[in-house]
Amino acid sequence: MTRYIIQRLIYMVITMFLIATLTFFLMKFLPGTPLSAADKLSDEQQAVVLEKYGLNDPVPVQYFNYMVNLAQGDLGISFQFDNREVTTIIMERIGPSVQLGFQAMIIGTIIGMLLGLVSAIYHNGIMDYTSTFLAVLGQSIPSFVFAGLLQFYIGVKFGWLPVALWEGWEYTILPTISLAIFPIAIAARFMRTEMLEVMGSDYIVTARAKGVNKVGVVFKHGLRNALIPLITVLGPLAVGLMTGTLVIENIFAVPGIGEQFVKAINMNDFPIIMGTTLLIAFLFIFIILVIDLLYGVIDPRIRLAEGE
Amino acid sequence: MDNHKPSKDLFVPVETTETENEKISRPSLSFWQDSFIRLRKNVGAMIGLAVLIVLGLMAAFGPYMNDYGQYEQDLSRAKMPPKIEGLAWLGMDGTLSDVQSADTLEGAQTKALMRFNNQEEFITTEVLNDGSNGEQAEVRATYDVYAAKDMDENFWFGTDGLGRDQWSRTWMGTRVSLYIALLAAAIDMVIGVAYGGISAYYGGRVDNYMQRFIEILVGIPNLVLIILMILILEPGIMSITIALAISGWISMARIVRGQILKLKNQEFVLASRTLGAKDGRILQRHLIPNTLGLIIINTMFSIPSAIFFEAFLSFIGLGLPTPMASLGTLIDAGFDSLQIYPHILLFPAIIISLIMIAFNVLADGLRDAFDPKMRE
Amino acid sequence: MEKLLDVKNLHVSFDTYGGEVKAVRGVNFDVKKGETLAIVGESGSGKSVTTKALMHLIPKPPGRIKEGEILFEGRDLAKMNEKQMQKIRGKEISMIFQDPMTSLNPTMKVGNQIMEGLIKHQKMSKPQARKRVMELLELVGIPDAENRMKQYPHQFSGGMRQRVVVAIALACNPKLLIADEPTTALDVTIQAQILELMKDIQKKTDSATIFITHDLGVVANVADRVAVMYAGKIVEVGTVDDIFYNPQHPYTWGLLGSMPSLDSADEELFAIPGTPPDLMHPPKGDAFAARNKYAMKIDFEQEPPMFKVSDSHYAATWLLHEHAPKIEPPAAVKKRMEGMANSSSSSEGERV
Ligand SMILES: Nc1ncnc2c1ncn2[C@@H]1O[C@H](COP(=O)(O)OP(=O)(O)OP(=O)(O)O)[C@@H](O)[C@H]1O
Ligand SMILES: [Mg+2]
Repeated sequence: MTRYIIQRLIYMVITMFLIATLTFFLMKFLPGTPLSAADKLSDEQQAVVLEKYGLNDPVPVQYFNYMVNLAQGDLGISFQFDNREVTTIIMERIGPSVQLGFQAMIIGTIIGMLLGLVSAIYHNGIMDYTSTFLAVLGQSIPSFVFAGLLQFYIGVKFGWLPVALWEGWEYTILPTISLAIFPIAIAARFMRTEMLEVMGSDYIVTARAKGVNKVGVVFKHGLRNALIPLITVLGPLAVGLMTGTLVIENIFAVPGIGEQFVKAINMNDFPIIMGTTLLIAFLFIFIILVIDLLYGVIDPRIRLAEGE
Repeated sequence: MDNHKPSKDLFVPVETTETENEKISRPSLSFWQDSFIRLRKNVGAMIGLAVLIVLGLMAAFGPYMNDYGQYEQDLSRAKMPPKIEGLAWLGMDGTLSDVQSADTLEGAQTKALMRFNNQEEFITTEVLNDGSNGEQAEVRATYDVYAAKDMDENFWFGTDGLGRDQWSRTWMGTRVSLYIALLAAAIDMVIGVAYGGISAYYGGRVDNYMQRFIEILVGIPNLVLIILMILILEPGIMSITIALAISGWISMARIVRGQILKLKNQEFVLASRTLGAKDGRILQRHLIPNTLGLIIINTMFSIPSAIFFEAFLSFIGLGLPTPMASLGTLIDAGFDSLQIYPHILLFPAIIISLIMIAFNVLADGLRDAFDPKMRE
Repeated sequence: MEKLLDVKNLHVSFDTYGGEVKAVRGVNFDVKKGETLAIVGESGSGKSVTTKALMHLIPKPPGRIKEGEILFEGRDLAKMNEKQMQKIRGKEISMIFQDPMTSLNPTMKVGNQIMEGLIKHQKMSKPQARKRVMELLELVGIPDAENRMKQYPHQFSGGMRQRVVVAIALACNPKLLIADEPTTALDVTIQAQILELMKDIQKKTDSATIFITHDLGVVANVADRVAVMYAGKIVEVGTVDDIFYNPQHPYTWGLLGSMPSLDSADEELFAIPGTPPDLMHPPKGDAFAARNKYAMKIDFEQEPPMFKVSDSHYAATWLLHEHAPKIEPPAAVKKRMEGMANSSSSSEGERV
């Protein structure tokens, strides 16, 4: 197990290195410089600015500096936003994004799981059809459309919850729901399929043949076996949530990374775009790793095979 | 038990022939026939298909159904509400309405009228609550925008903030989404299938290198890849196309590879190889037919996510540049005036949801029909 | 002897996408206390469905018991609801399945899987149940029970797992044990061990057994009586001697003829031509007629009733009707019957 983790960590570092290199050289091709954003500057001032961003050095030196800085967690300086450090900006804004992501993930998997479970238990019944239908809607309708609906009806029309901003817990509700719809739908559909498959397997018949009652069969024998594969969709779901936060934060004016990112895109603030991109890549790889490890911990077949 | 008294002449031997044996068994349908029958019986999938056909036709002809171009700006007719003759009951009557409340009835009346610039001749007010029961007085004002602006033509989906016809723009946006759908399908079918097929079929070193390459690509999140691509290219339909081409085929390639590896070692393929069949023939006769179902299913599932991705990119400003219309940009614009003019958001939102639902339902139907595992 | 189980006119159907599959179409049989009944028949003949229906274990929907009585100690199981059945399952009737690789829950410790029934039916406390599990594991021949019960199924070999399955089935001393091809998935030596184990245990516990198998060798070894199933019906039933030395139904001849025997390598095998009928549209008359080279006109028109051959022996073939021409079993089968008669200690089977 330890060997496996180390191996995975090495892969992770290599991938990050590749992505960072790619990012750096792409940045070199990009049209934007800090100069294009600023007002007309004299040649002298321009030289100062270029010096500040280290843009006077030859490219290999720039690359080397960039990588060294990156390894220390320094993502450079923003072109806009008062020339602040990208790392600081990201750190300031990571809180709301993480909170939203977590809330949506937890609500999404729990509700989705329950829906899928109900579907499987009442297979081909009204509940099954309803929940499957809802899941198809949730999977299909883009999160920003949902966000619009919620914002207009719950926020504007009925005024039950704040329309936007980030000033307390109730402000997180609408964005969380908008984000959670997709995970709910995916988890529900996946859970339904898995549960149906598990419920059709031989060991469920064995359990029933022992006289175990329906609740015992579903929860003691079925659920656990269906939950293990559910872990495999958590990775893609988490990635989907990262995509989702980009738009949802914008719609609800949440001061998170996503909102910052979209702003940066519209202002051609490349250091922030690159920094955020790297962060997303890092989180992506990290989450996939954690989920793989989790899988090993939960499934006794893998756990013990590794242990022995 | 012996109460049967059948006549004696029935006890004569008969020849049982193979034909009689054959007659008993059901007429056997080929895999494809069977699959198509299943698909046709799937109500949801058929509705999805019908919706897509209708949307496709509207995307093709919709923009020509009225005289407004998609880029025709006219600020004097900005943010017109939708109006379709005969669909007033759906709320598409060309009016805006709002409810105002105040402590007194007069106060509410005044506020309601003020809401629409006191153009009293075009405003009808309706008292919802006269405030006599101690609650706030409520008045609903309905403002006939078309009459106020002396407009005798109708904008079926209304107009946007610049006075552009939403009907034309929505269908132009639908075109973009459907183009993306075709594109995603083509990328999956061509690059994905070819890559996976070649990798699996030739195996060995070729396979090894090709798989290493895929592993690197898989490590980089799609989102990151696409954003990077779009940043170096100019935003636009071309860069979205390229971005999708780079990242869209990977899962298909892996699936096809897995399937072909599995088939490659199966007896019927080994047998025909032993009999001297050429590579091309084996591919054509055995591998492709046995993989096609999987390819179709997977293609169908990658379409909605590609459509979503385009809309998403356009929404955050990385997709189509202004003034081009994509459902994503239209929805983005709709958010700017969501509180007062929700209709600007409404129609593109409905259309993209319909497209996504239709493709997902159709994909589900295809999977149920073509995946042998799904059969009971 | 007293009848423990008496199945009368059992019909089981599956409502599938393509139509109603009549998997079991009017089955009658009984099992007496302490006896072993073997059910044989080719794949798809309805053996598993019949026995699963006894315990209400067929998936429903699509499956359902359409008609018939299942009298177990006088109570009709066919009319019982799920709650009542839960008290029967595992306690009075238990079942051993074909594939030990899939019939144990992969995420539950083996000990807990055995314990479940004990806690449920015998209201044992955890420590009591644990003690009993150790006894059971020892009974089925798993050493080091103490540690083994804390392990997961994947840590057991196939044969060991099947022993665990047997232990689960035996946990509450059931009166009837149904074994659905308990050894098919195992290799030959393990097969023999498991069979020995089951015979042994049956002697000790005196439970009745229904034993489903394809292997006629196993039948001769373990069974008292044999029922032959074809296309959802029992076509011949009798004692082991009746079926092996004096088979009456052409399908039984086919089964016996297609069984290779060790001692006579030179003889021809007698294969049954064709395939079983489609149970969605069972043919008119005798379902076996189309594959029967002795078929008569009547076989295509009317279903044969059960003809009595002796007190213990019945067969459903028109060949036993008084008007039917006398037909001898094919030579290959006859030779085999004789071979068996000679090799076994008992003399001639009872001729009718
Ligand atoms: N869930 C089901 N849905 C539809 N048909 C079924 C179902 N289960 C069994 N059948 C049908 O019932 C018939 C009898 O099946 P069964 O499993 O009892 O055969 P079997 O005699 O046990 O065969 P084997 O020796 O292969 O185990 C088969 O034709 C099968 O197709
Ligand atoms: Mg069976």
